[in-house]
Parts: sequence; structure tokens; C-alpha cells
Amino acid sequence: MEETLRTIFPIIVLFAAATVAFGVVMIIVAYTVLAERKVLGWIQGRIGPNRVGPWGLLQPFADLLKFIFKEDIAPDKATKFIYYLAPIIAVTAALLPMVVYPFGPPIYADLSWLPYGLGDGISVIPLTIAQIDIGVLFVLAITSVGVYGIALAGWSSNSKYSLMGGLRASAQMISYELAMGASVIGAVMLAGTLDLNGIIFAQINSPFKWYIIPQFIGFFVFLIAAFAETNRVPFDLPEAETELVAGFHTEYSALKFALFFMAEYVNMFTVSVMGVVLFFGGWYIPGLGLLSQALGLEWLFGFGTIGYAVISFFGFLLKVFAFLFLYIWVRGTLPRFRFDQLMSFGWKFLLPVALINVFFTIVIVYFLNS
Amino acid sequence: MVTVFFFLFAGLAIACAMSVVYQRNPLYSAVSLIGVFLSLACIYVTLAAPFIAAVQILVYAGAIMVLVVFVIMLLNLEEEDTVNRLRYLYAVGGGLGLILLVQTLFVFYAVSRAPKQEVDESVTVGKTMSIGTAMYTEYLLPVEIVGVLLLMAIIGGVILARRIDLQPEVQVVSVGAGNLGEADKIEEVKQEGI
Repeated sequence: MEETLRTIFPIIVLFAAATVAFGVVMIIVAYTVLAERKVLGWIQGRIGPNRVGPWGLLQPFADLLKFIFKEDIAPDKATKFIYYLAPIIAVTAALLPMVVYPFGPPIYADLSWLPYGLGDGISVIPLTIAQIDIGVLFVLAITSVGVYGIALAGWSSNSKYSLMGGLRASAQMISYELAMGASVIGAVMLAGTLDLNGIIFAQINSPFKWYIIPQFIGFFVFLIAAFAETNRVPFDLPEAETELVAGFHTEYSALKFALFFMAEYVNMFTVSVMGVVLFFGGWYIPGLGLLSQALGLEWLFGFGTIGYAVISFFGFLLKVFAFLFLYIWVRGTLPRFRFDQLMSFGWKFLLPVALINVFFTIVIVYFLNS
Repeated sequence: MVTVFFFLFAGLAIACAMSVVYQRNPLYSAVSLIGVFLSLACIYVTLAAPFIAAVQILVYAGAIMVLVVFVIMLLNLEEEDTVNRLRYLYAVGGGLGLILLVQTLFVFYAVSRAPKQEVDESVTVGKTMSIGTAMYTEYLLPVEIVGVLLLMAIIGGVILARRIDLQPEVQVVSVGAGNLGEADKIEEVKQEGI
């Protein structure tokens, strides 16, 4: 009995952690949608949604209810199996990277008080669901699979607008994936690890604290590629309303459309997390540990305590929100690219700049290490 | 636990592989092939080789198969008809399959006879660091050769895809003081054609 409990317990903990993380991400995503509508409203001199709940705060739930109760229409000529598979692929690929998000610093805790020796040998609680060696690669790999959701949706709808949207999406995402991967290499080389928490610790131990200082070119390329990867303005050609009538999701309605919508916002969250972790120190707030020492309150919020973890978690969220705000701001400000401009910009400007950045980072890392 | 996952993903991989062969719609085959790659990646993870798993997804499922799907979508291929023109290939395929089966059984036999060895937990073969070190020290020459090969392929691709202008080159003849504008050039070509 105790043996079984000891084997099952970590799995239960993992499931619980995944559920909590899912809930947190979903709530953030729901309110990103509301924030987008509000901020766009302010940018355009409107008020934005303000009828459901105080300041429109219940709007996301109203939207969700609407999506659930709408009629689910599938085109007669659609390739049914793939038509239903596509939104599932999109949303699964969007949600999977959540497994490696570093939500906060590890908490040092003594868990020997747990019954049946469940806490034996555990002294650190990481605020990550799975601490894997290849976090950065994992995120890049999973997001690269996400393009199938869009491409297959475009193809299976059997509509020319959708097909054009799907083709545009696959071409765009392949092109900008390269630039994105190359822009990340600089930060990874400086840190010497692909583990997301490892990269944060490497930044804390480096003289710069945040890698945006030595890697500002890498960050610049990453930011642009991130906009293109998530199909956001000014790179939203796969769903350009005016020419493609919403592109790959023209033929999708009700909950299936909601899944695509959700996937887009979860992807925004993912690239924001990646940007924060790689270039802005993740959950690290400079000076927080020193402040706790100076005030003599190390037991309350020194490194490794719950207080430190909570403050850092909110710091992390704040940085991610800054990124999300930038997304919305850009959407309210910039016009859309033309498709050939987008392709030549990605291949002829962004990729070479990223590669030059990689080259100089190699030189710098080589001289630092020798 | 690992055994359960192995059989789960191995079964999935085999099912997807069968589906690649038996689907008549090329896009279904492509999607099944993506399934094969993803199942293989999962098996790599259970074998403590996370780097290989990530690269498997990134390169095969994420890049190569996107191009395949892209081409199928562009050409809008029809469903294949099931006419078997090469019936004698059944015999060849069956023979090759038999050889493969015998080989597999032999490997199982050899493994079961081999002396048991304790697995060293500290082995880092599948880790990023060890792969990088091995690639750039021990196997540097093969890596360079592969790099040159890929570069050749890229250049070949660019040359093949380049638009070749079949029109005869237009000589810009200066008339009077100024050069000809674009419209005048076209006019001149027309006249030459006549």
C-alpha cells in the first residue's frame, strides 16, 4: 500500500501542478482577449466592452458561453476528419509548451512531515511542471508543429480563401521559425544551457543580469519573429480580413473557431514567456534578495522562501503582461505587410541579422571562456 | 512504466506507418507520417535521449513534413486509384519482409543470450552537451562534410528555382540626349520582333 502510494504520489502531484498551471494560463489568456479589446478601444478613441460585469470584466465568460451555444456548422465539401482534427492540433500544440514554463524560483522546503515518507529526499520544490534539459528546443519544436493546425484547417475547409490562408501560414511560419531559432542561439550560448530555469540562473550570475543588454540584436530579431510566428499584426496575412475574409478559419464556427482563437492567444503567451525568460531574466527581480538581506527579513522573502517565490511569480507575470501589451499596442498602430515584403524581410534581412548576431556572440563567448 | 509507454508509442508508430501506406489520399498519408515521427520522438524520450527527440520533432515533423504538406496542398493531389500494375513486387516485398523479420528475431535471440550488464545511470549519451562535444571534436570531419553537402543542395535549389529569362536582352539605345524610358524599351522590342 505504502509502496504504491509512493509511486503514484509524484504523478498525482504532476497532474495537480499541470491543472493549476492550465487554469492560470487560461485565465490570463481570457483576460488578454478582454485587455486587447479595451486597449484597442482606447487607442481608437472608443470605450471598449463595458456591459458585462463591472468595467466589462465578465466579458470573457460571456464570449465563451456564446461560442459554446452557437450552431456548429461544417461545410458540405470539407474533408471532415482533418477539418475536425485541425483545431485540436492547433490548441494542443499551443498548450504543450506550458509544461516547461518557469513560473517562479524554486522553493526550499523540508517535506519530511508528509505521511508515509512521501516527502523523503525532497528539499526543493521547483515552480515548473517538468524540469527538462532541453526546454528551449522543446518549445521551438512544439510550436513548429502548431503550423499543421492552420495549414490543415486551410486545406480541409475546401474554400479558396482558407487554402490561401493555410498556404500563407505555412510559408510564413517556416520562414520566421529560422530567424527565431537563430535569434535564440545567442542567449542560449551565453547561458551554456537549454534549460529555461538554467538560463535564468545564468543571467542572475552574469554581470548583465538581463540578457537583453548583450543580446539586444537577438532580442530585436526574436521580437519580430515572434510577431510573425503568432500571425499577429503586422504579420497577420494568413487571416487578413480584407483580402482573405479571415483566411484559414473562414469556414470554422462556434467552439472550433474558439479553439483557434484560444490557440492564437496561448501562442502569444508562450512567445512572451520565452522572450521574458531568454532576455529579461524570467522571474528574477534584481535586488530583491539584497533588499531582504538589508531589511533583515530573509526568513520572509529571502531566496528560496515562499515569499520570494510569490513576489517573483508576480514579477514574472508583470514582465509577460508588458510583452502582451506590446502585442496589442502594435496591433493598434501598424498596418499590414504585403506578402512578398514579408517573405523578403524574413529571409533577406531578419535571418542574416540573426546569423551575424550568432557569429559575434560566438566570438565573445570564445574570448570570455579562454 | 517505461515499458507501458514503449508499447503505447510503438503501437502508435506502427499503426501510423500502416496508415501512411494504405491511405489513398496523399494528405492523409502525410498526416500519418507526422504521427509516426511524433511517436518515434516519444520513444526517444523514454530512452533518455531528449535532445534527439526534440530534433526529431523540429526537423522531421516541423520542417520537412511542412514542406511535404505544402506541396500536396499546392498541387491539390487527387486520391490515388488502386490499380496494381506491379503485382510481381508483392513477391519481392514479401521476401524482403521475411529477411527483416529473421534479422529482428536474430537480434532478439542475440540480446537474450548476451551477458547482462548494469545500466550506468550517469550515462549522458542523449544529452545536449555530450552530443555537441562529440559532434565538434570526435566527428568534426563528417559534420563538415555534411555541412558542405547541404550547402551544395541549397545552391542547387536556388539555381533550379531561379527564373531564367528567355527573352533576348534588350539593348538600351540612347536616342538624342536622354535614355529611353521603360515604355519606349518595350516599344523597341516589339519593333525588333516585327
